[in-house]
Amino acid sequence: MSIASIEITGHAEAVALLPTTGGDLIPHPIFSTYVSDVGDIELVQMYTDLVVARRIDTEATALQRQGELGLWAPMQGQEAAQVGSARALRASDFVFGSYREHAVAYLRGVDPTMILKLWRGSTHSGWNPYEVNMTTPAIVVGSQMLQAVGYGMGILRDRSDDIAITYFGDGATSQGDFSEALGFAASFAAPVVFFCQNNQFAISASVAVQTTVPIVQRAAGFGIEGVQVDGNDVLAVLAVTRYAAERARNGDGPTFIEAVTYRMGPHTTSDDPTRYRDAEEVARWKERDPIDRLLRTLEHRGLATPQMLADTEATARDFAASLRAGCIGTVEPAPESIFQNVYAEPHSLIDEERAEFVAYHGILEPGSPEIGSREIGSPETTAGAR
Amino acid sequence: MATDFLLPDLGEGLTDAEIVRWLVKAGDEVILNQVICEVETAKALVELPSPIVGIVASLRVAEGETVTVGSPIISFGVAGTGAPGADADGAAPEASEVLEAGAEPEEDGRSNMLVGYGPGEHDQRSGRRRRRATQAAAPAVAPATSPAAASAPAAAPAPLAPASLAPAAVGPPATGHSAAHTRVLAKPPVRDLARRLGLDLATVVGTGSNGAVIRADIEAASASGALPAVTANTATTADETRVAISGVRKRTAAAMVSSAFTAPHVTEFVTVDVTPTVELVERLRAHPAFEGARVTALVLIAKALAIATVRHPELNTRWDEAAQEIVTYRRVNLGIAVATPRGLMVPNIRDVNSLTLRELADALSGLASRARDGKTGVAELSGGTISITNIGSFGIDTGSPIINPGEAAILCTGAIRRQPWEFQGKIALRSVMTLSLSFDHRLVDGAEGSAFLAEIGRILADPLELIALG
Repeated sequence: MSIASIEITGHAEAVALLPTTGGDLIPHPIFSTYVSDVGDIELVQMYTDLVVARRIDTEATALQRQGELGLWAPMQGQEAAQVGSARALRASDFVFGSYREHAVAYLRGVDPTMILKLWRGSTHSGWNPYEVNMTTPAIVVGSQMLQAVGYGMGILRDRSDDIAITYFGDGATSQGDFSEALGFAASFAAPVVFFCQNNQFAISASVAVQTTVPIVQRAAGFGIEGVQVDGNDVLAVLAVTRYAAERARNGDGPTFIEAVTYRMGPHTTSDDPTRYRDAEEVARWKERDPIDRLLRTLEHRGLATPQMLADTEATARDFAASLRAGCIGTVEPAPESIFQNVYAEPHSLIDEERAEFVAYHGILEPGSPEIGSREIGSPETTAGAR
Repeated sequence: MATDFLLPDLGEGLTDAEIVRWLVKAGDEVILNQVICEVETAKALVELPSPIVGIVASLRVAEGETVTVGSPIISFGVAGTGAPGADADGAAPEASEVLEAGAEPEEDGRSNMLVGYGPGEHDQRSGRRRRRATQAAAPAVAPATSPAAASAPAAAPAPLAPASLAPAAVGPPATGHSAAHTRVLAKPPVRDLARRLGLDLATVVGTGSNGAVIRADIEAASASGALPAVTANTATTADETRVAISGVRKRTAAAMVSSAFTAPHVTEFVTVDVTPTVELVERLRAHPAFEGARVTALVLIAKALAIATVRHPELNTRWDEAAQEIVTYRRVNLGIAVATPRGLMVPNIRDVNSLTLRELADALSGLASRARDGKTGVAELSGGTISITNIGSFGIDTGSPIINPGEAAILCTGAIRRQPWEFQGKIALRSVMTLSLSFDHRLVDGAEGSAFLAEIGRILADPLELIALG
């Protein structure tokens, strides 16, 4: 089947390549060819990515419970959707994420300690987007979709074959920005991949109250091709995202991917998911765990050797240790550093406000809880100036 | 080395949580991220992972107890020699070592609470731990005049410790706590206001949430005379009477010392024939527009000062040492030093230049009567920009006043006396008064201060200037 023959209404069935019970890969008429280069080494690499990603998540959750982070948005269950899609990108592509794309950030080369600093309240954003070609987390739901389209329209003017990809959840599709972004992307044939991680919940609201049709079908109304993929199948996600990226690079415009997955943990560490979903449902999805899914294929191929598993575990463990050390060792910026990077050049109003703020701090009693640590010139306070 | 684990804020601004179930007990070895207990917050039931590798020294809170964020819930004795095993998720031993090295807990364990929400609560914790500690420490701060209290055992009475806990394992850590260390809840600007008024926050009843002292409480305490009376805490012997320095006296003293020893004072004097002003006062008193008003020379002096201040804005300023800036006030808020039953106060009249002469007269008489009745409001006491002290009302000719802190100048008005004075080339009996002006020489040069004082004198010598300049 040629690409041109794909109907614009999208692929009806969620694309899957990894079998759920182990065994050979499931052949797919279109997408198998997109991962024909993925051999044993690549599968093991992806497995390591998934394990490290989960470990980043559990360590950060623990750090929040220990008072080291103000908040954390766990991604457990969504690792395959993130790892598979991020591995389909080039370094020069640009990622517009939401606030849960920790594995994507990790694969883009973001120092994970920088990911945590935002959630610790030690920095406004976390990293320099232009070093890794990925925006810092968008806490405002859905804002990043329009930004990705704007960037994609810029790529067209640059006549480059880079692409923009934007990540968002099922809840974000209820935002007006979603419709605007899809409309503009379609009209301008912008090289954008819309990557929806349908994790079934907008905080506590089930996806069933967000839409009456599968989310992927919405793309058709905008004239955008939609593909639904099993979001817990890292190989299928890789294939589908490569397909979408290729379309964008070839000037065929945007593609909408709905990765069907499940948020195993709470919306954030402040949330209690047991209040809005039952344990049976969670248990059903636990059986579809993305890491176990790939492990069964590795076992089938004889790749899951004790040595490989131990190496993977060691990698994850070291990563978690450096993450923890980096988080706890954070040198907190001086309170007045908040004024530091508002403008690139001196600004009299900001100077005035800074002086007022410093004077306000001056009236606080020593030891007052409102007084933060006052180290000046820490790496965090200057990082944003790059 | 024992380490306390303080209850973190588990959900963006929560203040407390209930310990639902302990999964470890004293003596247990724990590994990093091992779940040690389940706690229920207003938002969720969550598991708490151990932040360290070590041995549980004691559980500090019983199951079912609700504790404030920032309170210690468990103490660990960190394994000194035994190599820590793998953590709950198989993390490297180095992780725990890094934790110990990188987060050397301070004595009060604050280093476990690096995120902004928690530490404030730490100081204000009102959970049962602290209440027990306060009770235990109570005898130490009780007046020594009570023999019963003096002989009471200083150690924590056993019945106060819940049987389900084992504090003896590490000893109660909070024996140093006393009532004096209990931090009163109040926001920084409120604390600042209390400090400026010389008001001890601990003596104010808070009506805000969680008993926090709010601005209105300070204002009420101050206006209702809750400031300790000057006769409080008096001890009299045959030779002397000793009165504790407190309240308005303490505040006045602090303000005077602060002003006198930070602002270099210069005082200048001018003696003026104010007969025309005295005559104008008589005419105003008879004028229908001033019916019922209390018109005195002070009204015209205040008006003269207001006019002169607008023309010499450098006198309406403040030295901001911290910011290294000179602050010029846009409005003239005229402070009037008044003797009240509680002592010296300097309430001010806002934006005097916006007032008509009648309004100014009424403002002055209202301010004076409120001061007499001890009803001067706190709002009147802050925000002054320049002041007048009228010692003429005591029959005094002149003085060298001390500037009200936060201002640049104070005008002192002496008594108006009928005395022989040169008038139109002859000696006549005229109404004469001496004005003196103290100014902060950091802010005001001699030339400026002199011009300002001379102008006030000129206006009072010829009130036509009130119209000409005002």
